[in-house]
Amino acid sequence: MPKLSYREAINQALAEEMRRDDKVVLFGEDVALYEGSFKVTKGLLKEFGADRVFDTPISEAAIVGMATGAAMGGLRPVPELMTVNFAYVAMDQILNHLALMRYMFGGQVTLPVTIRMPGGGGHQLGSQHSHSAEPIFVHTPGLIVVYPATPADAKALLIASIRDDNPVVFLEHEGLYNFEDEVPDDLEPAPLGQAAVVREGADVSIIGYGAMTHVALEAAETLAAEGVAAEVIDLRTLRPWDKQAVAASVSETHRAVVVEECPPACGIAAEVATNIYEMAFDALDAPIERVSGADCPLPYARELEQACIPHAPDVVQAALKALGR
Amino acid sequence: MRKDELMEVYRQMRLARVFETRVAEQYMKGRMGGFCHLYTGEEAVAVGAMWHLRPEDYVIGSYRDHAYYVIRGGDPKKCMAELFGHADGCCKGKGGSMHLFDWDVNFLGGYAIVGGMCPLATGLGHAIQYQEQDRVVLCFFGDGATNQGVYHEALNMASLYKLPVIWVCENNRYAIGTSVPRSSAQESMARKAGKAYDMPTAVVDGMDFFKMQSVVERAIARARVGKGPTFIEAKCYRYRGHSMSDPATYRDKAEVKFWQERDPIPRIKAAIQHDFDVPDDEFKAIDRQVTDTVKEAVAFAEAGHELPPERRMDDVYADRHE
Repeated sequence: MPKLSYREAINQALAEEMRRDDKVVLFGEDVALYEGSFKVTKGLLKEFGADRVFDTPISEAAIVGMATGAAMGGLRPVPELMTVNFAYVAMDQILNHLALMRYMFGGQVTLPVTIRMPGGGGHQLGSQHSHSAEPIFVHTPGLIVVYPATPADAKALLIASIRDDNPVVFLEHEGLYNFEDEVPDDLEPAPLGQAAVVREGADVSIIGYGAMTHVALEAAETLAAEGVAAEVIDLRTLRPWDKQAVAASVSETHRAVVVEECPPACGIAAEVATNIYEMAFDALDAPIERVSGADCPLPYARELEQACIPHAPDVVQAALKALGR
Repeated sequence: MRKDELMEVYRQMRLARVFETRVAEQYMKGRMGGFCHLYTGEEAVAVGAMWHLRPEDYVIGSYRDHAYYVIRGGDPKKCMAELFGHADGCCKGKGGSMHLFDWDVNFLGGYAIVGGMCPLATGLGHAIQYQEQDRVVLCFFGDGATNQGVYHEALNMASLYKLPVIWVCENNRYAIGTSVPRSSAQESMARKAGKAYDMPTAVVDGMDFFKMQSVVERAIARARVGKGPTFIEAKCYRYRGHSMSDPATYRDKAEVKFWQERDPIPRIKAAIQHDFDVPDDEFKAIDRQVTDTVKEAVAFAEAGHELPPERRMDDVYADRHE
């Protein structure tokens, strides 16, 4: 099976969907001539031309609004916001237009927009360039929020997102762009809203997404050496997220750790933990452990920043705590 | 213009005027909640701007949208029902006064965030250009919108990509209670947007139907042949406050009187009578027709009811595609 990087997988998804459907257009800052600030859109201008792949001014709000209007006009836009940090500039258009126009117009509009946004911290990019903003989008009715952890999922989920008729916030982790893994040639679009059990185990359920899925898997290896069989669940879609899969896992393991890169307040872990309590309370033998990003902006200094992001030892510690050790 | 065309102009303006008057009455009776922004006085802007549109062209605008809806040809019954929040309203009661929408007449909303609709207009223009369609987009907004950041982004991009958008700024001199001199360093909307974003501009008397339709006709023609956007500043006046909750005490009585003397409806009537010597009875017949249409709309709205609570989750999402 061929190995692709997360970056290449996304590039392939874009190219394949653009070949398949000429209503799919792609625009954003430096996506065409420069081939993307993370080189994700490499080769697309060359193959599809400037009508379909074009550069915009630095106008995040209008980039999103333009995608929304273009979707109303019959296209399937896949705009890129250079990073999730710049999405804040576009929040009115994302949260107060795109997310709710279908509802407020009584179902008259269908807005098949997929906004791609690289995000996540850990690279000394400073506070303004290191956000994990997923909770804001997950909080918002009307949006679908996707966050792949692997190249195969990045490709399959992006294809599914582009084909979906709803607004999708498609988050990519900047730290994963070079990560390589097997991607089948004949990949089916992944169902949105479905988690994946990426490692089976009977002793504790560790739930993560994006880069944190890899942290969870690393922790599971360490735990295995200590005789603990951890089950790792990769959420893949954050809204709607797979409550059934998580509850089913915890029903078997009786203990749960949720790992998120974002700060804890009203975060992904708060949401997942509350649902586990609601759906599988009787199955729990211990309180749920959250491993979150620090409750502060991310600093520049290398070690200091790393101290603000969850790592495998943090997850191991949390799992052992859940096991009463 | 022919007599029958001018009588239609009169009818459209009267329809908007009477509709808004009835809306105000119904609002005061407690039939509507929330905000209610009336278009009274600005009829020539909407009627003139839309006069040369084709049915397939798109219209998008602000929350002051009841007039856009009925002038575009939307069913006044569905509009009034929407204001009442009822299930047979154009948006099933989910939108309300500020969020009218109707694909049947290509009226693509009613938006409450000042300037927020402008990038949507740019996007619609992009979709038209990309699909090589013949349509144009007419985008209405007020003087207040011209200070919003995203407005500038949207106009810049529409100009850059030469999109078929006609920007119509309804400069009624006030954004709620804040006048243009108190909010805009550059008081000329045309200079602020037209020159700045390198597109043709026009400043027009928005109380004059003839001037409005003429200026917009040229802008539509340009847009349709791919020559890009035009910016039109329509100087106009709303006779009522910003909304039903605004007594508009920030406006000088003499100023209001000045603009009332320029009421577009008596003006069009006088122009028709001057050109075609039409008897008063013909105008009265239209007035009666309009009154009946609006009465019917109110009766329709009164007979309706809201969606039941179990329908509150409808249309948060579209069904999965493929």
